[in-house]
Amino acid sequence: MKKLRLAIQIIYTILTNGYLYGFLNGKIYQGNLKYICVPGLNCYSCPGAVGSCPIGALQAVLNEQGFRVPFAVIGFFFLFGSLPGRFVCGWLCPFGLVQDLLHKIPVFRKRKRLPFHHILKYGKYVVLALLVCAGSMFLFGGFAKVPAFCKYLCPSGTLFGALPLLGANGQLRSQAGLLFFWKLGILLVILVLSVKVYRPFCQYLCPLGAVYGWFNRFSLVQIHWEKERCSSCMACKKACPMDLSPEEISVSPECIRCGQCAAACPEKCLHFKK
Amino acid sequence: MNFWKNNKGCRWLAGVLAGILFLGIGAVQGQFDIIWRKAVMICLECIGIG
Repeated sequence: MKKLRLAIQIIYTILTNGYLYGFLNGKIYQGNLKYICVPGLNCYSCPGAVGSCPIGALQAVLNEQGFRVPFAVIGFFFLFGSLPGRFVCGWLCPFGLVQDLLHKIPVFRKRKRLPFHHILKYGKYVVLALLVCAGSMFLFGGFAKVPAFCKYLCPSGTLFGALPLLGANGQLRSQAGLLFFWKLGILLVILVLSVKVYRPFCQYLCPLGAVYGWFNRFSLVQIHWEKERCSSCMACKKACPMDLSPEEISVSPECIRCGQCAAACPEKCLHFKK
Repeated sequence: MNFWKNNKGCRWLAGVLAGILFLGIGAVQGQFDIIWRKAVMICLECIGIG
């Protein structure tokens, strides 16, 4: 299961960031595929990106003059949320893959959660409400509204967008200032933390995870728990990187559908729903 | 209410239909053009310059 998931994460990341010309020349793809949002957090200023980031797209619509309900992006949220739900986080998201790989580095004693997890886990909802929504509607840079999440927080944009672009494009590199180093600092903190704690950005900060988590109770992709067959050995909880118990797995907004619980269950009473 | 309680397994389908409806409304309002225009320009804020 782990190898299959890793393979799918890598293939998906390559497919959605496969515009090699962009990496070589410090430019971005400008074709029609960018009308469509990809399911994961994937900066559209990544030189290889062939689709749009749903959070970036949401902010782009909210940044327009006058308020408009961002129906198109909400439509993508409903589609992706209702079908795969947070399976996107576990199996597709490129930044999730980066954090997964870092967590495999055999240094530090590993932790599944940060202290005060029960409070910190609401951070992603705060980010969604304040930075993505309110920030994009009410924060101005000059006369224009700014995509506050992308500008001040998004580490995926720094890793997949800023670093390759600035590496290949000298003109952009010469303009990098304080804001870039602020974002670079955030990225470094999250990457270093990922070596010790499992997916800290996904657990505590990702606004897309907050959106998809809302759909977890009824999305098509579900992990089903057969309670009557369960011997309560808690092998699933030990295997779960999010530290969820079997009764939480099928309904919790924190479950990323990685399937490690199903692989670990000796009674085979946890499985992807058929 | 009973319909939704008895058909929990189909709620994802309602979500998909709602998604298609929202996408349609967004398309009519020209929101895909807004998304595309933003996505094909290098986002200076995203890369920490703007």
